[in-house]
Parts: sequence; C-alpha cells; structure tokens
Amino acid sequence: MDALAATEGSKRGTSIRIEGVEQDFGAFPALRDVSLHIQPGELVALLGPSGSGKTTLLRVIAGLNSPDRGRILFDGENATNLPVQDRHVGMVFQNYALFKHMTVADNIGYGLRVRPRRTRPSRAAIKARVTELLQFVQLDGLGGRYPAQLSGGQRQRVALARALAIEPRVLLLDEPFGALDARVRKDLRRWLRDIHKQTGLTTVFVTHDQDEAMELADRVVVLNEGRIEQIGTPEELYDRPASPFVISFVGEAVALPVTISDGHVTFGGRELHIDTHGLRSGPARVFFRPADIAVAAEGSGDLEGRVESLRRTPAGVRATIAIDGYDQTLEIDSPLERSASLGGRVPLSLAKARIFPADENGDYVNAGDGI
Amino acid sequence: MTSPSLVGKNARRFAAPSVIPGFGLTFGYTLIYLGVIVLFPLATLIWWSSGLGFSGLYAIASEPRVAASLRTTFFISFAAAVVDLFFGLIVAWVLTRYDFPGRRLLDAFVDLPFALPTAVAGISLAALYSPNGWFGAPLADYDIKIAFTRWGILVALIFIGLPFVVRTVQPIISELEAELEEASATLGAGRLQTVIRVMLPPLAPALLTGFALAFARSIGEYGSVIFIAGNIAYVSEIAPLLIVVKLEQYDVPGATGIATIMLAISFAALLLINLVQAWSRRFGHV
Repeated sequence: MDALAATEGSKRGTSIRIEGVEQDFGAFPALRDVSLHIQPGELVALLGPSGSGKTTLLRVIAGLNSPDRGRILFDGENATNLPVQDRHVGMVFQNYALFKHMTVADNIGYGLRVRPRRTRPSRAAIKARVTELLQFVQLDGLGGRYPAQLSGGQRQRVALARALAIEPRVLLLDEPFGALDARVRKDLRRWLRDIHKQTGLTTVFVTHDQDEAMELADRVVVLNEGRIEQIGTPEELYDRPASPFVISFVGEAVALPVTISDGHVTFGGRELHIDTHGLRSGPARVFFRPADIAVAAEGSGDLEGRVESLRRTPAGVRATIAIDGYDQTLEIDSPLERSASLGGRVPLSLAKARIFPADENGDYVNAGDGI
Repeated sequence: MTSPSLVGKNARRFAAPSVIPGFGLTFGYTLIYLGVIVLFPLATLIWWSSGLGFSGLYAIASEPRVAASLRTTFFISFAAAVVDLFFGLIVAWVLTRYDFPGRRLLDAFVDLPFALPTAVAGISLAALYSPNGWFGAPLADYDIKIAFTRWGILVALIFIGLPFVVRTVQPIISELEAELEEASATLGAGRLQTVIRVMLPPLAPALLTGFALAFARSIGEYGSVIFIAGNIAYVSEIAPLLIVVKLEQYDVPGATGIATIMLAISFAALLLINLVQAWSRRFGHV
C-alpha cells in the first residue's frame, strides 16, 4: 500500500521514557518532576490548560528545550543531550511553521535536501518521495503551490508530510487542530487517527481540548502547573479521576464542600450516603458529574434545592438548581418526563460521586472512591 | 447599469470602495507633489543639459577628472552599501532577536546618522581618523591611512548608510517566527543551512530595499564626505563635489552634465535593484 510505503524504512515504534524531568523558566517552574513512559507505537495526548507545561514537555521530547534536570530516553538510549538535528523527531508546529518562500513540494522535501551529501537521496528519489507523501496527505497536484495559496487544513497536512519525509522515530504535534475551524477539526481528527494506524509511529500530541484528547489518544497525560496529575486511558480518566483537578478539567463536575466525621459525610446538616471507608475525618470535597445526580422521589434524596432555570438540550432538560445551604448553583441533566417545574423545590439523589478529603495543608489530594 | 451615484463609473476603476473618502484629493496631491517637487526640477536639469546633446554629455563624462570622480562615487557607494548590508543585517538581528539591558538605547543610536548634520559627522570622522586622531594614530603605526584617502570616503558612506539597512530589515526580522528555525532544525538542517535556506530568503526583499536606499543615499552624499576625503582630484574627489567646483567656476553646462550622467546611472541602478526585488518577492508574502 502506498500509504505504508510512505514511511517504510523508518524505525517504527520507538519507545520514549521521560525520567524526573524538571525545567524552570526563571523563577517559574514549567515542569516539575515529570516521569512518563510511552510505549512503542502509542498515541498519547498531553492535556492541560494553558501554562500547564504541556508544550514545554513536548519541546523537551523534541530537543528544542533542554531540561534542567532529568533524562529523556529513546528506545532505552539516553537522548537528553542529543541535538535536535540528530534526534529524528517529526515535529508539527502549532502554526505549522511552513517555509513561505518554498513551494509545497520544496517544503516537504526540505528535510531530505539538507542532509549531508553521503546520506542525501538523489534528486529523483527526493522527487518521488515528495510525490508519494503528497498523495499520502491527499494533496496530489498541489506540490507547485506556495503555502500562502493553501487553506488552513491543507497547510496542516503539508506540515505533517514535511515531518514524515525524514522518516522520524517519533511524531510530535503541538496543538495540531488549534488554528482550524470546528468542521475541519473533526475531519482531521479522524484522519490523524488513520495516519497513526498506517504509520505505526509513536505519536505525542499536545491539546487543551479534552474532547480531542479523549477521542484520539490511547492514553492521556493530564498536566497542571507543570505536574502530571494523572496518566490513563480515557475510560480511567472519566471513571477514576485521581484528583479534583482531573475531575473538573476532564468533563463537567460539580464540587460540594462537605465534612467527614466518624465515617459519615455531611453537607449543611444533611447526611450524604457516600462510602468513606479509610478516609480521615475533617473537611472534604465531593465531586460529581451533572449526569450522576437526579431528581429523587419525594422525601428521599441526599440534597434539596430550588429550580432556578430550565434549558432544553438534545437529550432532555438541563436544570440549574440552587442547593439549600450552599451559595452556588449546580446543573443537572434529567430526562424530559422527570423534569421539575421552575421555582419548585426538588429532592436530589447522587448516583455516583468522588470524595477528596483535605490533607494537612488544606489541599484536596487523596482520592476516595465515593459511592 | 445601477452604479452608485457617488462613485462614478470611471472613478470606480481606480479606487475600490472604501469607508475613507478622499481618493480625488489624495491622488491629486500625490500627482502635484511628484510633479512640482520631484519631476519638475529633474526635467529642468535634463532641459538644461539637453543643449549639450549626447556628444556633449559624452565629452563631459570622458573628461578624465569627471570620469575619475564618477568612478569614485559609484564604486565606493556600492562598496559602502555592501558593507552596510552585511553589518546592518547583524545589527538589526541583534536588536530584534535578543533582549539585553540597553537594547532600546542602542536601538535609538542607530538613527543618529539620520539626525546628525552630515557636516558634523564628517568633521568628527575626519578628526578621529586623521593621522593624529584616536583611531588614525594607532592605524598610522601600521602605515594605514584612512582620512584624506578613498578609505575615508568609504568610512563616511558606511556611517551614513547603515540605518537604512537596519530600519528596513528590522520589521521583517521581528515578523519571522522562531518556529521556522526550529522546524528547520527538527528536519535535520545545520545552523548555516537554516540561515541560508530558511532565514535569508524571506529577508531578501527588505535587504535589497535597504541596500538600494543606502546606495542611493551614498551617491548623493556630500557633507560628511568632503571633510574626510581630502578631495584630491583623480583620487578622492566625489562627483557631487565636482559639480560644486564646476558651479563655482561658472561652468553651469559642465555641472548639469555631470548631474545628468549621475541621474541616469542612479536611475538605471535603482531600476535594476527593483527588478531583482520583484523577482525575490515572487512567492507572495502573507
């Protein structure tokens, strides 16, 4: 198959091991004790808000930043001090960084043309490879254009073809869909997944969009303030978030301040039926998803509140509810037939929740399984 | 045809619809400015010299002293512009790419040759490079003479032309994303390859503009050069000075003749540079 031939000969599936990497920008720590092992051929997303260190980590892997401490290993070989030029990483930059004065074909062939004479393919071989790659990224016949004459999605594909041309050991993408409109994004997502399947390259991409990370990646690395909060498959992140940050960042979540005493969880004098086995007494925080709280039968229920507004969604009704004894509102999804009336009082019951007790510093860190 | 009444059928061909009015006013001003202030004096010059005819012009140009001064002016101006091109690029690069204490002050210094009266520059340079000056004295120990030779002219013209290159290239350098260099490096290119293949081509049009401006300015430069050149006929006498000399001798046809020849050569040179520039811009800057 042509598509596979496009990257044939590349060392497929390089493993990446990151050990205790730290990087400071002045007084600001961008990466703090980051360790991560990426399997050969894996598709990994680095997910986090801006300033979380995700792009810095990608640049450390690429060799564009050298970490202050820690090591990077490719296939077990120490690559920490390997210059960018010798790392053979295929990097796709956020704004593509295409060479504007070169045609699309020249852009793609650049990595081959700059090779030292000994290893440089012949002119004809470069041309053939460029044609092959143009086909691979579905840009046949556009080789003679300049980047200024292409659409955003096309530029993105040129950037990818240029990165693949050097037969990279790993493929790194910085916010690959950041600059594109929603529709093109969706198409390119599926397409990137296909490319990954066909090339089998170890691929790492940076994103701030949790949907993108969850849809594409085999495993997602959630970063916050330079630290890894959790590494896991999309399922693990949804079902067993390891920290309050993860549960709030990955999907919607509502937080309630509660108190644990003698194994009982109370919120504003009411007891919540949450398993607190093995958790220390004291202040804690309960997190749950809008889908995991429902209108309960009269007289039962963990919480009670007043319906402030109702909004129709494709699946049902989303209600904003002011909880008794709490100054914030929460949103719940309920099916149409159970919908509450505006201004009325409703009892609510929790189907699923996670509880995070506070540690000595008042940070909510330790995960509890909840209900 | 339903054409908007305010914008006539003919006017529409010249100006795209715009929220800012005043095409007529500004275009008229442009024509009058170019006509009265630029083209009219030049036309007068050509009119005056037309009495000479081509043979007369040729006779003036082949006068040994005139030929020598034209050679001096154009060759040294060209050399100075080449030097400015090189160092101007480095200065512009340093000022835009790096952040260091005093960068803004240094940036302001670049404009000094613009602001300084040229005579002041000429006198200072002459004082510095004269055989007993701060630079001249140590150089004299090695038998190198700068002031009152052709080298002096070169030094003065380099001084005058530098800001033209720096100021035209600076904005383009700040537009160049650092990611371009990084992309080139990840693709395996060495530093020199990155500079030559990735960084320089986008800068070429601006570099050429800077070069053309520095070159044009140098050809016409008078004030700073005459103080340091020594003005030895056949050696370090520049064409603009020779024009003044001719005028002082009431040789108006001779003076206008030299001026016309300079005008022709300058025009040809700038036209050539513009053509090269158009070619280097072919990839369509975004």
